[in-house]
Amino acid sequence: MRRAVLIAIPYAWLLALFLVPFGIVLKISLSDTAIAIPPYVPTLDLAEGWAGFRAFLSELDFENFVWLTEDDLYWKAYLSSLKIALISTIFTLLVGYPMAYGMARAPEEWRPTLMMLVILPFWTSFLIRVYAWMGILSNEGFLNQALLWLGVIGEPLALLNTNTAVYIGIVYTYLPFMILPIYAALDRLDGSLIEAAEDLGCSRLQAFWLVTIPLSRPGIIAGSFLVFIPVLGEFVIPSLLGGSGTLMIGKVLWEEFFSNRDWPVASAVAVVLLLILVIPIVLFQRNQQKQAEAEQ
Amino acid sequence: MGDIVSSTVFEPWTDPQAEPLIRFRNVTKRFGSFTAIDDLTLDIYEKEFFALLGPSGCGKTTMMRMLAGFENPTEGSIELAGRDIANVPPNKRAVNMMFQSYALFPHLNIWDNIAFGLRRDKMPKVDLEARVEEMLKLTRLEKFAKRKPHQISGGQRQRVALARSLAKAPKLLLLDEPLGALDKKLRQDTQFELMDIQEKTGTTFVIVTHDQEEAMTVASRVAVMDEGHLMQVATPDRIYENPESVYVADFIGDVNIIQGRASAVGGETYSIDWAEGQGQLTATSATSFDNGQTCHLAIRPEKVTITADRPEVADNVVQGRVHDIAYLGNLSTYHVELPNGTIIKAQTANTRRISRRSFTWEDPVWLSWTATAGVLLAN
Repeated sequence: MRRAVLIAIPYAWLLALFLVPFGIVLKISLSDTAIAIPPYVPTLDLAEGWAGFRAFLSELDFENFVWLTEDDLYWKAYLSSLKIALISTIFTLLVGYPMAYGMARAPEEWRPTLMMLVILPFWTSFLIRVYAWMGILSNEGFLNQALLWLGVIGEPLALLNTNTAVYIGIVYTYLPFMILPIYAALDRLDGSLIEAAEDLGCSRLQAFWLVTIPLSRPGIIAGSFLVFIPVLGEFVIPSLLGGSGTLMIGKVLWEEFFSNRDWPVASAVAVVLLLILVIPIVLFQRNQQKQAEAEQ
Repeated sequence: MGDIVSSTVFEPWTDPQAEPLIRFRNVTKRFGSFTAIDDLTLDIYEKEFFALLGPSGCGKTTMMRMLAGFENPTEGSIELAGRDIANVPPNKRAVNMMFQSYALFPHLNIWDNIAFGLRRDKMPKVDLEARVEEMLKLTRLEKFAKRKPHQISGGQRQRVALARSLAKAPKLLLLDEPLGALDKKLRQDTQFELMDIQEKTGTTFVIVTHDQEEAMTVASRVAVMDEGHLMQVATPDRIYENPESVYVADFIGDVNIIQGRASAVGGETYSIDWAEGQGQLTATSATSFDNGQTCHLAIRPEKVTITADRPEVADNVVQGRVHDIAYLGNLSTYHVELPNGTIIKAQTANTRRISRRSFTWEDPVWLSWTATAGVLLAN
């Protein structure tokens, strides 16, 4: 009995906060847009009973999904999102791994402080931090001012409202999600394994490639998914830092919803995005499970 | 006796012509203000099974890590086969180490763990496979080649670690507390296996241990260390029978230490005045003592005879009462309290059933030993 209750709680949570909302979105995605409140038809009229429900079902169709394939804006946006998510995940890994490595190698008494520094940015609003980057990256921003003053560049670099700014914003924002799992993996690494590798003929670099990297792989995979999955649907960073050339599905979704007020198409975009995300999420879960099994 | 070199007994340390494989020359190692190794000089010969024995923090692990190349001496030099190895990194030394934690690579199976070092040497595939198979056979691990380290038992892991460190046929193999993680029974079996493998491969072994029994069993010579100093370097029997200091006598096995003042009786015989109301003790010693010099008589419990009646002929006799009995199955150690409160331990083999034991608690008994049974030590 107690066990059943314990199991029921997460399932109830999932049902109420994921499956039911998803059902609603799915329903809207199968509807047609209309100038009404809410802005789509059909709506379910329970007063008419079973016949009303049948009539409601008969009016649902896949028109919006077909539309997504017909207008190349959408698949271009999906592909561009995948590309941006992939590239920024790689950049985050390249920046995050050395930081995590440095933390794991730092003297014991320094580690809590370093950990604190990684987490500290979370104490301010995400939105404010992204706005701060606008201040840094704009033509009159701190970065250009500094570079001009140093004489590195002759005229301001156009950074804001480009994909470069989006990458900078994403790497900055998602860095802790990459660092923490890698740090956790490296922290558990037994130092004598590196010594054993050196003892058996490895140079420092070989020992790093042959022992440290393979043994931190679960952390690398976990960190990469923790960055890749949310970045794929990211909306705030591309809309604030990106320009007209930055095409991301989160932005498209927002415009369909608020600018076009086409709820059914926006919902269809959201459903497809979720289906795309299912693949990496499943892979991520598999990685976590494999890691848990290896630790037993 | 140092000048008699037997051709059958393995004793290169007695041969002045023999070239040592490892030579520590006035080695000092400091970590900050802490001196781990203090001006230490030591020779280790080829094919030796050399044990570094001491309590934790005595510097034995530092000695081993300097041999492996993970630490460099602060002062002095270490030579391996006549070459100073101070600036040779660990991966360039013909020295391999078996780690206390075994340090098996968890992401590689047993076969790949053993092949790891050979692959770094770019060994041809055929030779590599033959060598790994040979190592698997030597350590009886053929059946487990495809398993991962977490899928085998502690004893098997220990053998994988040994096979991996032996695979490159090092000149010198270092073993850091190799049997520490095994239970007692398995440890004893493995000790003999280690000796067997050492003999088969002819590799020089240096073992670090805090377990004196282990050191005594496996080693050709034992170095007893304390606080960065070598207290004594000798064969196990000499360490046990002829300790050079109270520290060594006390560290190895069980011992009675009787403090007193020596006075020469003649020849190498001394009488020891040790407690009021007790007769003088007699002991022989090759090292000479001044009259009235403080000395310590170290005598092993098994060399003390315990009897109910006063023995007729004995160099040393004391009387006391049985204070405690430590029953070990095959042996019993009697703790005998003398009238002045001193406790002397006497050990006998239990050749009879326990129900027929001759002495029990509070029995008055006599303890006796010969003049040559103990060792007279200055400090």
